[in-house]
Amino acid sequence: MGASQTRAEHQYQDLADKTGFSFEQIKNLFQRFQQLSGNEETISRANLDSIPALANNPIRKQIIGAFFDKRNQHQDEVGSCDQIGFEQFLMVMSHFRPPNLRTTDEEKETMRKEKLRFLFNMHDSDNDGTITLAEYRKVVEELLSKSGEIGQETAKAIADAAMLEVASINVPNMGPEEFYEGITFEHFEEILKGLEMESRMHIRFLDVDTSTMRCGKSQS
Amino acid sequence: MDINISRRTGVLLIIFTFLSLLHGSSGEIPSKPTGGVTILPPVKPDNGPQAFPDAEKANLPVFTMDYARIQIPFEITLWVLLASFAKIGFHVYHKITIWVPESCLLISIGLIVGGIMYSVHEEPPAVLTSNAFFLYMLPPIVLDSGYFMPTRPFFENIGTVLWFAVVGTLWNSIGIGMSLFAICQIEAFGVQDINLQENLLFATIISAVDPVAVLSVFEDISVNEQLYIVVFGECLFNDAVTVVLYNMFNFVADMPVVEPVDVFLGVARFLVVGFGGLGFGILFGFVAAFTTRFTSRVKEIEPLFIFMYSYLAYLVAELFAISSIMAIVTCSLTMKYYVEENVSQRSCTTIRHVVKMLGSISETLIFFFLGVVTITTEHEWNWGYILFTLLFAFVWRGLGVLVLTQIINPFRTIPFNMKDQFGLAYGGLRGAISFALVFTLPDHIGRKPLFVTATICIILFTVFLQGISIRPLIEFINVRRTNRDLDTINAEVHSRIMEHTMAGIEDLCGQWSHFYWKDKFLRFNNLVLRRILIRDNRAESSIVSLYKKLELQNAMEILDTVTGDITVVPSILSIYEEKKSSGKPKKKFQAPDLKNMHDILSKNMYRIRQRTVAYTTKHALPNDSHAREILIRRHTSIRRSMRPGSFQAPGVPKSHKYFSLPAGESLDSKFPPGRLSVTDDEETMSEMAYPSRRSRFGQPSRSSSRGMMPLRRLDTLTEASVDMLDENQRRGTSRKTSSSSSSSSSDSRIPAPPHQLHSPVDNDSGSADNLRNGHEEEEGEPSLPPPSWAVEPRDNATQNPLLRRPQWNPKK
Repeated sequence: MGASQTRAEHQYQDLADKTGFSFEQIKNLFQRFQQLSGNEETISRANLDSIPALANNPIRKQIIGAFFDKRNQHQDEVGSCDQIGFEQFLMVMSHFRPPNLRTTDEEKETMRKEKLRFLFNMHDSDNDGTITLAEYRKVVEELLSKSGEIGQETAKAIADAAMLEVASINVPNMGPEEFYEGITFEHFEEILKGLEMESRMHIRFLDVDTSTMRCGKSQS
Repeated sequence: MDINISRRTGVLLIIFTFLSLLHGSSGEIPSKPTGGVTILPPVKPDNGPQAFPDAEKANLPVFTMDYARIQIPFEITLWVLLASFAKIGFHVYHKITIWVPESCLLISIGLIVGGIMYSVHEEPPAVLTSNAFFLYMLPPIVLDSGYFMPTRPFFENIGTVLWFAVVGTLWNSIGIGMSLFAICQIEAFGVQDINLQENLLFATIISAVDPVAVLSVFEDISVNEQLYIVVFGECLFNDAVTVVLYNMFNFVADMPVVEPVDVFLGVARFLVVGFGGLGFGILFGFVAAFTTRFTSRVKEIEPLFIFMYSYLAYLVAELFAISSIMAIVTCSLTMKYYVEENVSQRSCTTIRHVVKMLGSISETLIFFFLGVVTITTEHEWNWGYILFTLLFAFVWRGLGVLVLTQIINPFRTIPFNMKDQFGLAYGGLRGAISFALVFTLPDHIGRKPLFVTATICIILFTVFLQGISIRPLIEFINVRRTNRDLDTINAEVHSRIMEHTMAGIEDLCGQWSHFYWKDKFLRFNNLVLRRILIRDNRAESSIVSLYKKLELQNAMEILDTVTGDITVVPSILSIYEEKKSSGKPKKKFQAPDLKNMHDILSKNMYRIRQRTVAYTTKHALPNDSHAREILIRRHTSIRRSMRPGSFQAPGVPKSHKYFSLPAGESLDSKFPPGRLSVTDDEETMSEMAYPSRRSRFGQPSRSSSRGMMPLRRLDTLTEASVDMLDENQRRGTSRKTSSSSSSSSSDSRIPAPPHQLHSPVDNDSGSADNLRNGHEEEEGEPSLPPPSWAVEPRDNATQNPLLRRPQWNPKK
């Protein structure tokens, strides 16, 4: 028992180094992971799809997709996998770790970039490094899909307008015969340059054990 | 420079005129009416001529004056006018208010007026009786703050806001009260007769912060929204807490002995009062929202409901002696969202204006009287007590922020750093509320004059010293800032995406926190509340509404562009320019002409790009009224631009500005620099010269709405209420359908340049078709099937993102 515990701690230490989470947070997330996976080693899309609370999220597909996207797991691979282990799960979660008072400006900048990359990857479903109009449209459509009677036309129109905006911000000198083929990451950064992300892309991962709350929640 | 001077003299003139007027008026006041709650002062008759005839005459009087009858409203009116003139005065020269907060200026003017009144031995107005203040002056101020509270950031930070407002105020009151009580024990100061209760009462009064000045500074330099909202919310709820404490201590100060059980009763009462106010507020808020659901037929009185319900909430809360401030604040917060969707755009503007107006009048008056009273009342000066009050107020505020932040930080996603804390602590100005509270202290408190003096001191000190220095300081320490002006579709889309992502991730890790609750509330809101409370209850995504808004703005810009025939919106132009300059010879166009354009722009145009509502200063209205004003201006300028002189070559379609330039055509041929200056002088010959045209342009706003195609586009996308324009829109539409075949083509090209609008119909459509054809050839249809109206991005990349109207294909 003691041995396994130290092994677990050792493992946690590794994960903590990699992701920056505290032990408590990792423990909490691990419990959640097991709960989601049904005590398996890995988690599959179907596990996540079945989370009831997620059912109403308009961009559920993208969010779940992001967990299985290798680009979000700090590995230099692309493509997506069908199963992820706890480590990968944690890696994806670590994108949303809030900064603390000791975080330096450069670190904040890196964190911001990671978050942007995460968003970008949610758009860029075919891994080619650009968000094409079709990809953008799809996301916007999904985004608006729960908003009632807004037709696809609207979504398209908005995506188009947004795309135009990107194009005009980034390539002001484009001639009429040129074609803006898609948003690259640099352009993506550029358009969201002024957007405040500090307060929007962070989750306060709980330190305390909230398994009881969690149970209540997952049943709800 | 001479302009400034003349302005200043103007200001002085205004002030003096008014002073004399005031003085003159008070000179003939015959006798004061008795009555306890007069708002205005008993003013001694100045041996002036008796205003009304003697009673014994039985004849029919030819000329009578009954001043006593109108005295109170008359004098109130004069005071309000005087204060408002003062306000106009220092807004004439705008830069003053940037560096010196308005409250400082108001107090200064109050001081001057007070000085004059003192020198002529006029008694100060005893404006602030307790009832007058609590029933008439306070509600508008809080309604103002509550109604314009930025909702989203508020709820995101509600914990911190309440923490600082409630605990912070308690901390300050008790801390300052206790330490002052300790000071009172020192014999040297000679204030041993002030007991603990009175000290606490006084401490409560001066712990009401009122950082109007700070807020406007924060807003100007767009400090990060967490800090902003905490200061904002703190001042709001801290008023509530202060008033509750004030009433409690006022009561306690009367009691000969305070038993321990009274403390517990006090705490219980505190909670009852707070939550009672909250409950009443929510109740009345929903009732108000529900009522406005049925007011579509009586638009004239729509705004009235808002005021009546909030006032009712306030009064009912007063009736039960629960926190009326809480009630009115929650009431306005609750109803705002629903009401603004229910009422028409006009009513909405009216509501905002009136709320602002009442609030700022109230506050102006209080500050103004603060100045007057400072000079004219009897002061009791006690160095020791007053200096220690100042000191403790600072120390406890600083300590409080420091300690409370340490406690709240672990619970915040984004902790407050030292700079934020400094901003918080330094933003603790005292203001109108403190003054009013101390002035309405009951007379049986022995040291009331001392309290009044001390409070005035601390207000003057904080308002002047901190108020003036906070801008440079905040800029100097470089507090984290938030860019609030991102008004792009991408930003909106992505903040939505981020919100949903966050909610999703929180669901995934099974945590309940902010995003989770927000998500749940929004769903509940859409499913239940909106159905009940809102007439047209289709939920509208914020993306869509932003999109509409941008479209609207752009339509405005296009129209603006069309107007002065060269007042091209810079964004369009610069994009265009850059593109051209990469081409060939167009460089010439750049420097002088562009400068010229900017001149004209700065003179003629509103800053349309300004974000509309966002945050609102306490003294300025959100400027969403611009849109309509722009429409009106449009009307004039369109007419103006139809002058013959403005088209040098009638054959050349102006719309070339917006299209990519046909190859080989020189830009200069279309924008001869000379034309840049033509605009302004010939307004006089507007419509008269074109009687034939008037038939089409009879109604200005309609004519401009004709140009507003993007709106109609949007109608197809979503529900009708394209707010301010819908009325015009409808008319415009009906006309359009009834008009000839050319309408379809002009539909498709919004920025229809002026000449198109008035040129012979076939000519118009013909040239338009040519243009379009040429254009389409250029772009070559891309593989994607063109959506009925959306443009393909590629060619538009050259233009302002939203200016795609020229390229819209006509509906098939």
